[in-house]
Amino acid sequence: MRLLLGCLFALAVAAAIGLGSTWLVLTRGTAFGAVPIGAWVAWPKTGTRDIDPYARATIARTGELPVGSGDGVAFVARTDDTGRPLDGRCEVLVSGATPQARFWTLTLYDPQGHLIGNAIDRQGFTSQEIVRRADGSFDIVVAPRSRAGNWLPTNGIESYVLVLRLYDSPVGVATRAAREAPMPSITLRSCS
Amino acid sequence: MIRWLLWLLAGALLGGIVHLIAVLILPRTATQDAYSRLAPLAPVNTVAAVPQPTPQNEVMPFMDPAFAAAVCRYDLTDGPIKLSVPVSPAYTSVSFYTRRGVAYYAINDRSAGRRQIELELMTSEQRTNLPEDEEVTAADRLIVESPSSTGLIVVRALAPEPGLMPAARAALAAATCRQQPMPAEER
Repeated sequence: MRLLLGCLFALAVAAAIGLGSTWLVLTRGTAFGAVPIGAWVAWPKTGTRDIDPYARATIARTGELPVGSGDGVAFVARTDDTGRPLDGRCEVLVSGATPQARFWTLTLYDPQGHLIGNAIDRQGFTSQEIVRRADGSFDIVVAPRSRAGNWLPTNGIESYVLVLRLYDSPVGVATRAAREAPMPSITLRSCS
Repeated sequence: MIRWLLWLLAGALLGGIVHLIAVLILPRTATQDAYSRLAPLAPVNTVAAVPQPTPQNEVMPFMDPAFAAAVCRYDLTDGPIKLSVPVSPAYTSVSFYTRRGVAYYAINDRSAGRRQIELELMTSEQRTNLPEDEEVTAADRLIVESPSSTGLIVVRALAPEPGLMPAARAALAAATCRQQPMPAEER
């Protein structure tokens, strides 16, 4: 009887640990091959044959297709520079410059990767649409209510992610050390 | 007490194994992966337009809304595929994915270096069976080897401004993906 109870207990522990850790790892993402630059993180290996098993399982679960490394690289930001999760009810400033690339796009998604509807039907910017300063740097205001300049509406959603995709960028931008690749800063301005 | 701790340890070890097996098996059992999502709207070995992602309706998560996209869902069992994509004004890329969504090859208009991207896709077996005539060695023939016999080719064209989206979609509409006759077996 004690043996049976012990077996059942061990099996329950195994199921809880095994499946729980799998779920956690697939929803939170792993640090394998991650290239963090400020609040931005890229997984350049995910767009190649050398994709790790966790990333394989993640894309199979979400149904997304990663950006191939011969095409570009995607940087994801889930927090601002201080580590605070991005909140669509706040006003956030994305400011600075991007690494060299022929084109880039900045897109706002909900945490599951869906686009967010809004009154002006804007989900992101391309490098050609943006209004820049004389030195080529830019400011994008991510806010629930309309702002002058480059305004990216959040529609007041509780949490969101920003994805900056660099297309046709010189080899190795994402594999080099952080200080060599300039990424825009993400700062919280105010919360309503 | 010690006995229960041992059972706990056994359970934890077993849990680690369950974790590894679950991660490795998941890609095979996923029913909502990119290939399954695209299968209903993309006939085999033909280029089909992927609907533009909108907040109400999108085929896959994390699609870039600045791009027009088309897909060729390929099956190489009956012979290699020839892909031809006219280059759009801004930026065009061709990405190859296996059945499980692994991006094994990607090329853009600049690295292809022509107004028309022409690629041949075949399995490594079909490539070894290619007759060794002058055509094979011709430098302008771009051959890609697929690690799996089925998969996806995604062709994407950038619209740098929303007004240029029709031009990007038109460029993709002219893309073709055709099955080639099986190369003659070596005797």
